[in-house]
Amino acid sequence: MARGHSPLAQFEIHKLVEIAPIGGVDPSLTNSGLFMIIVAMLVTGFLILGMRQHAMIPGRWQSMAELSYEFIANMIRDNVGSEGRRYFPFIFTLFMFILFSNLVGMVPYAFTVTSHIIVTFALAAVVFIGVTVIGFARHGMGFVKYFVPDGVPVYLLVLLVPIEILSYLTRPISLSVRLFANMMAGHTMLKVFGGFVISLGFIGGWAPLAFIIALTGLEIGIAFLQAYVFTILSCIYLNDAVHLHH
Amino acid sequence: MPQINPEFFGTQLVWLTITFVALYFVLSKLVLPRIAEVLEARQDRIADDLDEADRLRKDSERVLAEYEASLAEAREKAHAFSLETHAKMAADAERRKAELETRLAENAQKANVRIQEAKSTALANVREISAQTAQFAIERLIGISVAEDTLHAAVDAELAARQV
Repeated sequence: MARGHSPLAQFEIHKLVEIAPIGGVDPSLTNSGLFMIIVAMLVTGFLILGMRQHAMIPGRWQSMAELSYEFIANMIRDNVGSEGRRYFPFIFTLFMFILFSNLVGMVPYAFTVTSHIIVTFALAAVVFIGVTVIGFARHGMGFVKYFVPDGVPVYLLVLLVPIEILSYLTRPISLSVRLFANMMAGHTMLKVFGGFVISLGFIGGWAPLAFIIALTGLEIGIAFLQAYVFTILSCIYLNDAVHLHH
Repeated sequence: MPQINPEFFGTQLVWLTITFVALYFVLSKLVLPRIAEVLEARQDRIADDLDEADRLRKDSERVLAEYEASLAEAREKAHAFSLETHAKMAADAERRKAELETRLAENAQKANVRIQEAKSTALANVREISAQTAQFAIERLIGISVAEDTLHAAVDAELAARQV
């Protein structure tokens, strides 16, 4: 297979605008960076244009903007409670950024920002570090008790506390890998079956084409689902830090 | 797999930070307050409308109660008035009837007096006529003239005998 036609070629990053490194970090604008900008602008545009009318009785776009607002607001209220209101803007930004990254990636020839582990890991790390800081800020050293399950014999704690700590530490990994792997696998599958359409030609190419159509629908569903999963897990982790129980 | 190429980790993190932070500030400062405002305004409006509807319902209930009260009052008044009128008319009729009866009694008495007068007049005349007739008949039959007093006495005796 030629390099450009590899199913993984769609994930390649190339520089669009070369920028000199600052402090050892290369800030060059790549296709990934460009799509992050597009995503941020689309989210902003969707919400601002949707709410432009400011109408008492919402139109379609305003309904969607309000729906996304209430969706996240309810998610935080149900999972974190009233203390979670402070974190609403962050959770909302997180959800919209991931959702729009996933959806923009569904456009042919577009780049999927969330198909890169470094991006999803960075997001998960922000959630993880943020939640840990909130936990210690609210409960002080009492947050350590989170790793000690209630009503367990002392000799079992020797075993359980390390397990609890380990499961806590693996959260950012599971969170980021789940999103990244879903995105990458979906797009790779689409590309592979797209290749089948070409190689099987006009006679045999219809079956993989039909499959691609179905898969595209599924992938759009996954785009929503994974954004939802990432966000609700963040809410659950936040709840653990805020309320300190399992 | 291009995802594990660390060459581009730096730039991705840089741009992720820039875009995510920018998006966070735009959303939290600009967009979300506006959406919250609209949602709140709608919530307020719905609550206001419900209050207004409640108020109007109470008003109409109050007006209905007032109407029913005034209706009952009017009915009572009408009833009282009709009773009063009825009593007044009955009294009036009674009074007129009494008046009429007294007048009738008066008339009857007057008529009685007149009848009595006429009767006594008639009786006096009968006495006179009987006496004259008797005198005239005697004169023609036997050719003697009887004294008027004698005749009168005879007639009186006869009348007394007949108890007239």
